[in-house]
Amino acid sequence: MALIRYAPIAPNFNFMRGRKVFMAFSVAMVVASLTILAVRGLNLGVDFRGGILIEIETRDAANLGDLRARLGSLGLGEVTLQEFGDPKDVLINVQRQDGAEEEQIAAINLIKSELGDQVAEYRRTEFVGPKVGDELKQAGLLATVLAMLGITIYIWFRFEWQFAVAALIALFHDVISTIGLMALIQLEFNLSTLAAILTVAGYSINDTVVIFDRVRETLRKYKKLPILDLLTRAVNGTLIRTSLTSVTTLLALISLAVFGGEVIRGFSIALIWGVVIGTFSSWGLAVPILSYTNLRVGVTGATDDPAEKTKAAEKS
Amino acid sequence: MVQYPRWQLFLVLAVILLGLAFVSPNLLKRETADGLPGWVPSQQINLGLDLQGGSYLLLEVDLAEVMREQLDNLVESLRIDLRRAKIGYTGLGVDGDAVVFTVRDEASLDQAREILFRSAGQLLIESSGGGGLRAEFTKQAIEERRVGIVQQSIEIVRRRIDETGTREPSIQRQGEQRILVQLPGVRDPERIKSLLGKTAKLTFRFVDETAAADGSRVPAGSEVLLSDELDPYGNPRRYVIKKRIMVGGDSLTDAAATFQDGQPVVSFNFDGVGAKRFADATRQNVGRAFAIVLDNQVISAPVIREPILGGRGIISGSFTTQEVQDLALLLRAGALPAPLTILEERSVGPGLGADSIAAGKIASILGMVFVVVFMGIIYGLFGLMANVALILNLVLILGALSGLQATLTLPGIAGIVLTIGMAVDANVLIFERIREEVREGRGPVTAIDAGYRRAMSTIIDSNLTTLIAALLLFQFGTGPVKGFAVTLAIGLITSMFTAIMLTRLLIVVWLRRRRPQALAI
Repeated sequence: MALIRYAPIAPNFNFMRGRKVFMAFSVAMVVASLTILAVRGLNLGVDFRGGILIEIETRDAANLGDLRARLGSLGLGEVTLQEFGDPKDVLINVQRQDGAEEEQIAAINLIKSELGDQVAEYRRTEFVGPKVGDELKQAGLLATVLAMLGITIYIWFRFEWQFAVAALIALFHDVISTIGLMALIQLEFNLSTLAAILTVAGYSINDTVVIFDRVRETLRKYKKLPILDLLTRAVNGTLIRTSLTSVTTLLALISLAVFGGEVIRGFSIALIWGVVIGTFSSWGLAVPILSYTNLRVGVTGATDDPAEKTKAAEKS
Repeated sequence: MVQYPRWQLFLVLAVILLGLAFVSPNLLKRETADGLPGWVPSQQINLGLDLQGGSYLLLEVDLAEVMREQLDNLVESLRIDLRRAKIGYTGLGVDGDAVVFTVRDEASLDQAREILFRSAGQLLIESSGGGGLRAEFTKQAIEERRVGIVQQSIEIVRRRIDETGTREPSIQRQGEQRILVQLPGVRDPERIKSLLGKTAKLTFRFVDETAAADGSRVPAGSEVLLSDELDPYGNPRRYVIKKRIMVGGDSLTDAAATFQDGQPVVSFNFDGVGAKRFADATRQNVGRAFAIVLDNQVISAPVIREPILGGRGIISGSFTTQEVQDLALLLRAGALPAPLTILEERSVGPGLGADSIAAGKIASILGMVFVVVFMGIIYGLFGLMANVALILNLVLILGALSGLQATLTLPGIAGIVLTIGMAVDANVLIFERIREEVREGRGPVTAIDAGYRRAMSTIIDSNLTTLIAALLLFQFGTGPVKGFAVTLAIGLITSMFTAIMLTRLLIVVWLRRRRPQALAI
C-alpha cells in the first residue's frame, strides 16, 4: 500500500488567481481577531493576572452551586468555579486579592479551611503574587517579540528582504489569529498557551520557509516565467508535502487534545488552530505578498553566477 | 551505487546504541537502577514537580526590612554612646536610608563624628552644616550584607525544611534576593509555608516597669509589644518592653516540644555564654518581670522568682501541640536574618501528577500510532523506513532527557507529542524530492541521491527557524515552559538526525539488497 503513487508530484491549482481572496480573508481574520480581543478580552490565567487557582477533587460528585455559595461568602471578590474534566474535579479561580503576597496566602488558607470536609485531594494549588505576575507578563512579551525578531533576521539572512517581510507579516497574522481564537472561546491565556503561540510561530515559519525555498529555486530555474506563474508553480510543487506534514502534526496534536488530559487541553487546542492557520498563511498570505514585491531584483546577482547558471540548466 | 561512508554508519549505530543505553535504566525500578555499577548509565528521567507531585515556592528575602532594622540599631547604640560621651544632640533618628542628628555644640562635632565612625564601619558620613550629621551605609556595605543575608536565609530555610523530614528538597538562590524552593512529593505545603513565613526571632528582654502600664508614654529605649493573650476587654494585652536584649535566640543549643502540667510547652537549653548571661541577669533582677518575645510578639512575661542558673528553661503560653512542635523546630533551625515573602506557589498533588503521566503516555502512544499508520498508508515501504526512524527518534529523545538529566514536565510531554507529528516532515520533504526525480526519469540510485541532496537545505532552514523559537522559549520561559522548550529542541535535533542519516542508511541497505529497477513511490 502506498497511496502516494496515485498523487501527482505537483497538483495544478491556480493559487495566484485567488490571491486577492486569500489576502482579503487574512485581513478579515486579523480584523475579526483584534475586534474580538478588544470586545471580549483575553481570559488571563493565574500566571499573568496574579491570584489563586485551586483544583480540587471532591469526595462525591461536586455540587457546584453549594461550593459557589460557600466560597462566595468568604469575601474574596470574584470566585469562579468550573467542572474540570470529571464531575468530581472542580477548578477554582480566585481573583488577585488587594494588597501584597500575604493577603493571597491568607485567602488560600481561608478557602482550604472552608472546603476542608469536602475535598479528597488538592490536585493543584497555584498562586502568583502581583510582583511575579507582572514579571511573567514582561518575560512572555519579550520572548514573543524576540522569537519573531530572531526568526525574521534568520530569514533575512538566508533569503532576501522581501521574503523576510512576507514571513513576518504571515507570522503576525498567525499569532494574532491564534490570540483571537483564544479570546473568542475564552481559552485561558497562561504560560503554556503562550508557549503554544510561540510554537505556532515556529511551525508556521517552518512551513513558510519550505515554500520560500522552492520559490527561490524556481526563480533561479525559470528566469523568464511570469512571477505569478512561478509562485503558483512553487506552491503546487510543495503542496503534497505541506498537506502531509500538516496531517501528521494534526494527528499528533488531536491525540494530545483528546487523550492528553485536561491540564494541557487548552494548549493543544491553541496549537491545532495555529497549525491550520499557519499552514494556510504560508501559501495564502506569505506567497501572495511576495507577488507584490520585485523578486527578480533580489536574485539577479545569484542567477548571473555562472556556476548557478549551469546548475539551473542541468536541472531544467 | 549510493555511497554510504563507513564513518556515518558507525556514527548512526553508535548514537542509537547510546540512546538505547541511556533509555534502558528507565525500564528498571528506581532502586535497581541506583544499584547499577558506576560505568553504566543509570540515570532515570527527571520528572518535574507537575508530574511527580510536589511544591514549588518562590520566596523573596525582605532586605528593606533588615536595612531598616540596622538603622534602628545604629540609632540605639548612638543614643547610648553620645550620652556616655556627654555630647548634647537633637533630632536623632532615621531619615530614609540614613541616620541623622544634630549636635548642640558645634565644638563637639568632630567627637560625634568619631563616635559615629566607631559605632559601625563602612559608613558614609556627611556634615549638613549647623552641627548636623548624616550617615548612611556605603553601597559596598549594603551589597555585602545582602549577599550574607540571602546566603544565611538559604541555610535557615534548608534547616527548617530538613527538620520536617522532606526528602530531596532543592533550595537555590534565584536572582539577587530570591530563593527557589522545590519540594518533590510534599503533600501538605501549608505547613512548610507557615514555617517559612515566620522569622522566628526569639529574644529574652526585661519588661519596662517604669512605664505606665497602658503604654501611653513610652520611654526612649523601650517599645510597646502586643501579646497573643487577651485582656479583659478582648484586646491583645500590651506590654512595654525594653529594647535591649538580655539573651537572644541565637544562644539556644536545643529546643524540644514537651508537656508541663499537661500543657504543651517548649523546653530549651542555652549554650555556655547564654546560660551565664541568663543566670547573671536573673540573679540581679529577682522579683522583676522579663518577657519572652517571638517575632515582636510577647509569648509570656513571667516574674523572676529565683535566679535561673541551669541554662535550661521552658516557654509556655497558650499553644496547641502542633504549634509547640513547630516552635521547637523553628528554634532549633534558627532565626531567619530577614522576613521571607512567598511570591509564587505551584503545588501539585500526587493524584494529578500520576494522571498527567498516564494521559501523556496514552497521548504519545496514540499520536505515534496515528502517524505511523498514516505514513505506512501513504508511503508504503518508504513510510515504514520513516516509521523506524520515528520510533528511534523517540528513543533518542528519552535517552537525551535521561542523559542530560533535563526535567520532563507536562508541557514537555506535549513537546514530545508535537515532535512526533513534525519529525516525519524531513522524510516527507526527502521522499517528495525523490518522487520528483523519479518522475523526471532518473533511476532509483540517482533519484535517491538527488532527493536527499536537494531536500537538505530546506530541512536545515526549516528546522533552524523552529529551533530559534525553541531556544528563546528556553531562555525566557519559566518552569513548565522551559520543559516544553527542552523537549522541542532535543526533538528537533534528534529528528533531523534520524530522518536524514538513519532513513538514508535503511534505504541504502535496501537498495543494495534488492537492487530495485524502479522505485515504488
